[in-house]
Amino acid sequence: MPHDTAVIDWIDLCAIEDIPLQGSRRAIIRGREIGLFRTMASEVYAIDNACPHKKGPLTEGIVHDCSVTCPLHNWVFDLKSGEATGPDEGRVQTHAVEIRDGRVFIQIEG
Amino acid sequence: MKPRLVVIGNGMAPGRALETLFEAAPDAYEVIIFNAEPRVNYNRIMLSPVLSGEQSFDDIIIHGDGWYEEHNITLHRGARVTQIDREAKTVTSAAGITESYDKLIIATGSNPFIIPCPGHKLHGVLAYRDLDDVEKMIEFSNKENSSAVVIGGGLLGLEAAAGLKMQGMDVTVLHLMPTLMERQLDPSAGYLLEKELSSRGIKIMTKANTKEIVGTDCVEAVLLEDGTRLKADMVVMAVGIRPSVELAKEAGLDTGRGIQVSSNMQTSDPDIYSVGECVEFEGNVYGLVAPLYEQARVLGMHLAGEADHAFAHSETSTKLKVTGVDLFSAGDFAEGENREEIVFRDAARGIYKRLVLEEDRLIGAVLYGETADGAWFFQKIKEGAPIASEDRENLIFGQSFSGAAPLDPTAAVAALPDDAEICGCNGVSKGKIVSAIEKEGLKDLAGVRSCTKASASCGTCTGLVESLLAYTLGDEFGGTKVTVCGCTDLGPGDVRRLIVAKELKSIPAIMQELGWKTSGGCAKCRPALNYYLIATWPGEYVDDQQSRFINERVHANIQKDGTYSVVPRAWGGLTTSKELRAIADVVDKFEIPTVKYTGGQRIDLLGVKKDDLPAVWKDLNNAGMVSGHAYAKGLRTVKTCVGTDWCRFGTQDSTGLGVKLEKLMWGSWSPAKVKLAVSGCPRNCAESTCKDIGVVCVDSGYELHFGGAAGMHIQGTQILCKVETEEEAIEYCAALLQAYREQGWYLERIYKWADRVGYDTIRSMIADDEEGRKAFYQRFLHSQQFAQDDPWAQRASQGVDAHEFAPLTLEPAE
Ligand SMILES: Cc1cc2nc3c(=O)[nH]c(=O)nc-3n(C[C@H](O)[C@H](O)[C@H](O)COP(=O)(O)OP(=O)(O)OC[C@H]3O[C@@H](n4cnc5c(N)ncnc54)[C@H](O)[C@@H]3O)c2cc1C
Ligand code: SF4
Ligand code: FES
Repeated sequence: MPHDTAVIDWIDLCAIEDIPLQGSRRAIIRGREIGLFRTMASEVYAIDNACPHKKGPLTEGIVHDCSVTCPLHNWVFDLKSGEATGPDEGRVQTHAVEIRDGRVFIQIEG
Repeated sequence: MKPRLVVIGNGMAPGRALETLFEAAPDAYEVIIFNAEPRVNYNRIMLSPVLSGEQSFDDIIIHGDGWYEEHNITLHRGARVTQIDREAKTVTSAAGITESYDKLIIATGSNPFIIPCPGHKLHGVLAYRDLDDVEKMIEFSNKENSSAVVIGGGLLGLEAAAGLKMQGMDVTVLHLMPTLMERQLDPSAGYLLEKELSSRGIKIMTKANTKEIVGTDCVEAVLLEDGTRLKADMVVMAVGIRPSVELAKEAGLDTGRGIQVSSNMQTSDPDIYSVGECVEFEGNVYGLVAPLYEQARVLGMHLAGEADHAFAHSETSTKLKVTGVDLFSAGDFAEGENREEIVFRDAARGIYKRLVLEEDRLIGAVLYGETADGAWFFQKIKEGAPIASEDRENLIFGQSFSGAAPLDPTAAVAALPDDAEICGCNGVSKGKIVSAIEKEGLKDLAGVRSCTKASASCGTCTGLVESLLAYTLGDEFGGTKVTVCGCTDLGPGDVRRLIVAKELKSIPAIMQELGWKTSGGCAKCRPALNYYLIATWPGEYVDDQQSRFINERVHANIQKDGTYSVVPRAWGGLTTSKELRAIADVVDKFEIPTVKYTGGQRIDLLGVKKDDLPAVWKDLNNAGMVSGHAYAKGLRTVKTCVGTDWCRFGTQDSTGLGVKLEKLMWGSWSPAKVKLAVSGCPRNCAESTCKDIGVVCVDSGYELHFGGAAGMHIQGTQILCKVETEEEAIEYCAALLQAYREQGWYLERIYKWADRVGYDTIRSMIADDEEGRKAFYQRFLHSQQFAQDDPWAQRASQGVDAHEFAPLTLEPAE
């Protein structure tokens, strides 16, 4: 682990079908709002659910390829890196996700 | 101590001169300005949109207070200079403010000419020159049933007439000559213009000679030589302007028609300069800004110590700024020996173009109805280059057909400084755009948009951005083809056609068959494709939730803080005590912070938490209300007035018709939002003439309108046709909506669709072709069978898309 804090547990969150294909799902995990996104290829990514621009809820955006477009002012974020793409600069915190037996596990850091 | 630069007049010309000066030599002078008007520098050209109500004064300010502060300028507002003392080098205002100068600029503009006929001093006789005039005109127009006579059918007079008409006045234009704008237009174009303005209800009287303005204190009527008497509460004189030279003349400067200047804008006193409409240069005076801005540039550079700029006379071109009238003229288009003309007419579309050539050079152009090539022709006139005989054939079709490199717009943007702001919404400068194009290797508008955000907001700067692309890339710039988005090279029209032709029935099928460049599309094309499929295959295609913008996905409007607003439907704007009580209860129960009436006569509940949405809907549903689709690219509202039920003027049951239309059309998706209105009489209280579809009831039936807009772009409707019965009104409106649903491009409002396919085409499709209309109507009815499910009920009671509303929650197990 990169941190010297205690190892963070994987949390069993939901079944993969709970997140629509090319869609998203809000999750509130220990008071923190996380967005879960499922791409066309059924990969799942987790990022903080607040756009660095004006706090737009990213889960309300349209998911395309491996990115999501913020519903408020159309910033586009890469789901893998959390980086804004195109002209905008900003980043959302990403979180590790694993799929085990059709269930989504997430590890919340930071 | 810095030298003192005093300016008399705060109009467009000196404003530009100072900009040039500050750029070249920011701290060279201490600047003092006297302005007879009590206000900052504004764009006089845009007074007409202010008069018509399309813009506000704030929209047309060129230099706000901050600009004067930033440059340490002393601005004496409402201070008319009455004396220049060249010995003492001072100027003095009427109220006695005196300032000394080292350099002086006289920029007094011009005075409107008032015909000294009997009655010209009565209250209500106005010129059209500044904001005060506009404010007075608006005041008159606010009176019930007021009428105006505009004397002068030139540029200004017609703009005034159109503006006053839009303010609801009864307007007559008197013009001495046989056709309008005879100095800028030939008789054919003048005729088309007259026809267009008449169709908007402006009365035009040509060969009309004013004899007298009648009235005791206030204007009551206008009397013509031929005995005609026209009732009038106000008379606008727009018969010409004269350079304002009195001040300069009294100071002993050389004047002719204007204040005489050399090519670096010096008057006969080398410390005194003059710019703008008050100037005479080589016998010419000017009344349009382009040459004045050139004068201003020369003067600004000269004052900054860069003497190698000289003003030279050049041609000017004219455009009439009346919304919806496209008219352009430049150069000389009189007939004459050695002159040849090329004429193009398309009567059906109201297009007329005429080019005048003399010895193979283009010397004049008049364009009516389609003016996109105006700047290009104008450049050819200015260049005076010979037109090769092989190019002549296609010349009249303009730039795109002549295969020439785009000249004028490119030249115009090339001349802009790097820090010129191109996109106002996003504050992007020319320099930023050009360097992005170069560094990022951008090739098209979409690239510039995504890389710099320029033109990505309200889009009014799109043309400029394209010119910048052309200027930076030269031949490499392929021009602009509208494509659905960056994922495809196909335009929306192609895609719609291919969906039908190839029977494509899903988004993946379209992407596969039409060679999409991305695997899953993007946030732009997916909503568009989803709509095209819904509209093309009603009852068959299954809506793709993930391809809808959040508002449509959750059937509420997302607000800036991530909460939602909810608008229940109120049929035709009607409600009941029961509904109001239910709404009040919902507001209390869910602690909804704001309740507001919308412009479309509906109640908006703002600030609803997403998790509460299903419960809010359930309560509203229980009281009989359904979603108002206030978020939809679809039918939103049908606004109504009270009609015969209550109003003493109502001619038909406008509320009832509104309710019927709304019940018929609700739930239908369309390329962009659709709003209707039904007014019970021509007083038009429901504002039907700025809606996508409007109905104005009259004694003999129903006047159907379409193509209005009142958003970022404002325009009045055009008439579709008149029908006699309510059944017909309903059938025609639904057929029109269906035609738009089948032909419109996603996000294209009805007026834009009509601009693209032609208003006349639509009229003939709906009004003239009975069989076609009935078929559209039937297809609409068919499609509605599958559309009219209340989306709120489905989500509140039937659990549709429950995952949208309930978050996954995990709390620590402590
Ligand atoms: C309604 C309207 C529409 C127009 N539309 C177009 C168009 O579409 N295209 C186009 O090219 N041109 C158009 N014009 C013309 C254009 O506005 C003028 O050519 C331009 O504004 C002239 O600039 P200027 O600086 O010379 O004078 P102005 O902008 O007229 O400014 C002169 C200023 O000097 C002030 N002043 C005068 N005397 C004194 C004094 N003694 N002391 C102090 N201040 C004084 C006046 O109050 C005024 O503010 C239009 C004009 C009007 C009125
Ligand atoms: S509303 Fe339109 S014009 Fe206003 S800031 Fe937004 S994009 Fe620009
Ligand atoms: S809040 Fe996300 S783009 Fe503005």
